[in-house]
Amino acid sequence: MLRSLQKATRDCHSQNGEKCPVTMGLPMTAASSTGADARTEVPLKRRLRRAERTRQIKALALVVPLLVFLLFTFAGPIAGMLWRSVDDREVRRVLPQTVAALAAWDGKDLPDEKAYAALASDILAARASGTIAIAAKRLNYALNGFRTILTSTARNLKAVPERGAAKETLGKINPAWRERTTWTTIKDAGGPVTGFYLLAALDLTRNVEGAIVASPPDQAIYRDVFARTFLISLGVTALCLMLGFPVAYLLAALPPGRSNLLMIFVLLPFWTSLLVRTCAWIVLLQSKGVVNDSLLWLGIIDEPLRLIYNRFGVCVAMTHVLLPFMILPLYSSMKAISPAYMRAAASLGAPPVAAFLRIYLPQTLPGIGAGSLLVFILALGYYITPALVGGAADQMISYFIALYTTETANWGLASALGAVLLLATILLALVYGKLVQGQQVTGGMKN
Amino acid sequence: MSDNASLRTPSQRIAWTATIIVSTLVFIFLIAPILAIVPLSFSSGSYLTYPLPGLSLRWYDDFINSPRWMNSLKNSMIIGVASTLLSMVLGTLAALGLAQWKSRFKPLVLAFVLSPVVVPGVITAVGLYFFFAPIGLTGSYLGLILAHTALATPFVVITVSATLQSFDTNLARAAASLGASPVDAFRRVILPLILPGLASGALFAFATSFDEVVIVLFMAGPEQRTLPREMFSGIRENISPTITAAAVILTTVSVILLATLEGLRRRNERLKGGSA
Repeated sequence: MLRSLQKATRDCHSQNGEKCPVTMGLPMTAASSTGADARTEVPLKRRLRRAERTRQIKALALVVPLLVFLLFTFAGPIAGMLWRSVDDREVRRVLPQTVAALAAWDGKDLPDEKAYAALASDILAARASGTIAIAAKRLNYALNGFRTILTSTARNLKAVPERGAAKETLGKINPAWRERTTWTTIKDAGGPVTGFYLLAALDLTRNVEGAIVASPPDQAIYRDVFARTFLISLGVTALCLMLGFPVAYLLAALPPGRSNLLMIFVLLPFWTSLLVRTCAWIVLLQSKGVVNDSLLWLGIIDEPLRLIYNRFGVCVAMTHVLLPFMILPLYSSMKAISPAYMRAAASLGAPPVAAFLRIYLPQTLPGIGAGSLLVFILALGYYITPALVGGAADQMISYFIALYTTETANWGLASALGAVLLLATILLALVYGKLVQGQQVTGGMKN
Repeated sequence: MSDNASLRTPSQRIAWTATIIVSTLVFIFLIAPILAIVPLSFSSGSYLTYPLPGLSLRWYDDFINSPRWMNSLKNSMIIGVASTLLSMVLGTLAALGLAQWKSRFKPLVLAFVLSPVVVPGVITAVGLYFFFAPIGLTGSYLGLILAHTALATPFVVITVSATLQSFDTNLARAAASLGASPVDAFRRVILPLILPGLASGALFAFATSFDEVVIVLFMAGPEQRTLPREMFSGIRENISPTITAAAVILTTVSVILLATLEGLRRRNERLKGGSA
């Protein structure tokens, strides 16, 4: 059955490569139209074009379900996260009159009586509906201690102040209402959108005048975290390259039978669960673990070394996890290099080292680039391994994103840090895409 | 490089020997940790050290009799199988469509379809957490299945597309010209030929879901904890030998998946070799 089909299509293929089924359906028309006048040719072309268009629409219709699905389960959620990094409507929702009253305020002196009256009325309404904490939490991000200011005011404000007395009443309850910073904080947090979280993710903030300045030192931790994430990823990438290069070289140089066998050593860890590998490293490296026990037994050390829950452990475990992602693209780029080049170099008198450095190495550069970028991209977003084998000072950016999402529920900051990480990943992925374009590198995928 | 003729000079021989030594060390680095925990899971003692005080199956017994671990294994299977099926349907359809679709937007669409692989797990997880919580999909099987399907589908699209690339589309045309309806042509001509590719895609999809833990960390309630999730909290709290038993079970699943995939690849190569 298949044989005859193949034969039938081969004949058809020789006639017309692309539009075979269409022309096969209309062999007579096609043959007669070549000699006929233009009037019969136009409808045929149109029919061909229409058939092709139908085919394209049908093809697209097959892709649409996945696109819709990913819109709902992937793109939508990520767009939602990005929106949350600038979304700032909590204060506006809880203190609507205050925000409206402050809209016209120039921020130079204290706001006028109208704003105080609006705040008093907002606070009373929010106390009744129990929403004070929402605004207090948001304002506290911007100004440490704001939670106390707002809750103490809510507690002590007995009733709506008399006309014209709101400023005095509030100032008496909490002197912070006599300070300009308190009010600029509310105005800045008035939303509906803000750069506050994105700035905070880069250790920046706005001062009273609205200028962008460095965050106070106790909040300025994220540049350090980004630098640490970058350094760990860079270190792991370098380790992977150093360890992966000789292995890929060996695998590419060996005859297929033996390299296939050795490939198991690369593919088995690749397919083994991340949790299993991380667990294995903890078992090996902990203070009473296999490595320390062996070293003690051999008399190389006198007391257990600290090998885990520190930077060393993170780098070792991450290198182990990511090494196959380096070896596979390197291997496929080396496999494509013909040994004839090296023989030619040798026959032309190049010493082996020079031939390697000047002939072989340059040809592996695309593979090195692809593998390194891939490992680096994957390392940047790592969460599980540093969370399990790292100490407090080894946590990477993903840890903080997770922390602010689930523990402290500072979703704006979590989203802003996520946005920065996403941007870095996308930029690197674009470079990676350019690099592997037209190149048979499948290292990013599990095959 | 491997043939002896090219290993003439002593320096080349030294370089080759050095390559072999370094590679051997790297192979040990790659495989030893995984192998090291296998014997520990059969230990009769409760310390994770060598030498083993004796052999026993008590930690496997512990695993099987623990409702927590068995429930997580069941959850992993349910979510894995369901998201594999869903991603197979969506991914295969999309791969079939993409193979025929000609447009300058195709690279863009392809990049979008593959992007779940590249975007860090934490970002996807946080996004889904915000997105699914208001519509009641956190703490539910459905939410996890949908999320894992999104992560697994790119692998299906890649494997099936690769298979379709080597597939002679004229076979489908011939089937059509011989009077087969599109569904018939797919079922009786295309499907049998791309079946190995589909099977590899399914294995990739299942492995992706079976190994995934970041999204589960954010979205699963206590009822939906999967095996990797249970291992995560186990490692966090204290590493008991039961975890090594779980690790060996997980690794066995990986080995079976890898072996099946390798078998499929060999079969495919043999078929290609036979027709050439």
